[in-house]
Amino acid sequence: MERHLTVPFGEEEARELKSGDYVYLSGTIYTARDAAHRRMYETLERGGHLPFDIENSTIYYMGPSPARQGRPIGSAGPTTSSRMDKYAPALLDLGQRAMIGKGKRSEDVRKAIMRNCAVYFAAVGGAGALLSKAIVSSQVVAYEDLGTEAVRKLEIKDFPVIVVIDAQGNNLYETAVKAYNEE
Amino acid sequence: MRTIHVNEIIRTVKEMCIEANYYLTEDMELALGKAKSKERSELGKRILNQLQENLEIASREMIPICQDTGMTVVFARVGQEVRIEGGSLTQAIHEGVRQGYEEGFLRKSVVSDPILRENTRDNTPAVIHYDIVEGDHIGITVAPKGFGSENMSRVFMLKPSDGIEGVKDAVLTAVKDAGPNACPPMVVGVGIGGTFEKCALMAKEALTRPVNCRSQIPYVKELEEELLTKINKTGIGPGGLGGSVTALAVNINTYPTHIAGLPVAVNICCHVNRHCVREL
Repeated sequence: MERHLTVPFGEEEARELKSGDYVYLSGTIYTARDAAHRRMYETLERGGHLPFDIENSTIYYMGPSPARQGRPIGSAGPTTSSRMDKYAPALLDLGQRAMIGKGKRSEDVRKAIMRNCAVYFAAVGGAGALLSKAIVSSQVVAYEDLGTEAVRKLEIKDFPVIVVIDAQGNNLYETAVKAYNEE
Repeated sequence: MRTIHVNEIIRTVKEMCIEANYYLTEDMELALGKAKSKERSELGKRILNQLQENLEIASREMIPICQDTGMTVVFARVGQEVRIEGGSLTQAIHEGVRQGYEEGFLRKSVVSDPILRENTRDNTPAVIHYDIVEGDHIGITVAPKGFGSENMSRVFMLKPSDGIEGVKDAVLTAVKDAGPNACPPMVVGVGIGGTFEKCALMAKEALTRPVNCRSQIPYVKELEEELLTKINKTGIGPGGLGGSVTALAVNINTYPTHIAGLPVAVNICCHVNRHCVREL
């Protein structure tokens, strides 16, 4: 099913999304990848505050290439999500609603998605030039010293993603691959 | 003896880093175009269309094809009748990478130490492989390698008794484990034989061979074709979201090996299989 959805969104909208849905997202999301996740995780362990409001947030696992003059961002496709598996359940338990990345997730992440009525979206890996066209603005909001790995606030318009793991725990990477397997 | 100044090497490497990250080689573009007619999944076709559109946007608007502009792998084939003037060849290659990544608006993805992990902020150092060859030219291949697929690459130290079936199992295991993480449709580089490090290097170099060019060795050509068919039956598909186009090509290089061994390396590359070749 094809849908248009405003981000951030809540539990109710998350519950309606089904594995395999093609969704155009518009609104505000945050970027964080390896180093920013590690830093957020350590901040939480020390009892500190996260650099943005995690409630209902969508985090995009992405580190862009530098922007040319007059453009909001450079190439901006997803990175491999599994490297964030160690940190994702803690953030989901704090209210994070969605993740955008690519590739497999651990069973712990799948359980955290179900427990918190969250969703895991995939964007098309290696289509960074195309995806950058759906990003309207970008602003570094934390960890500027991390360069490409800093946390950025992005305004997006019709950003194309596919629901891989839905709130019920269905996983498109498993179901779709089985459907086309000819071995 | 022919003399080549390091400034010419710096300029060339700089241009090649930029070219590789904005334009795919013609064989890759053709293969991606052809893939659409073979894809059974509607979502798979849609993704393949997006990948083609991505290439058009990249070259038209000068946005790198992928944000992961890679760690820069350089193969330098240095003619033994060439004299390098003005400094060190190795430093010149690193300098070309530094300038290319800065001027080309390419992402700096290299950390100075694997444990301490501080970004070097200019994408250096490159990984350079030298070969001394006959003649008075320098051949350079620049192949920026993204790590989504690099992380899914493997070395298998098989036994001679595992034979060709063992090689097939190894390649299919690596591809299935990689699945959606490696940004399929992928290109699979395979090195068979040599030693532990030789087979890995062959697998990397195999990725720089055009995807529409099969091995000259009859049984290797057959193996490439059989493995491609088998990989495309796994169902992984474009983006790993199901379909019949999981790989665009399997490129295999071989080398003599020891009586006791059968090393196999599988270097997986995503559909952004970048390389640029020039001769000075």
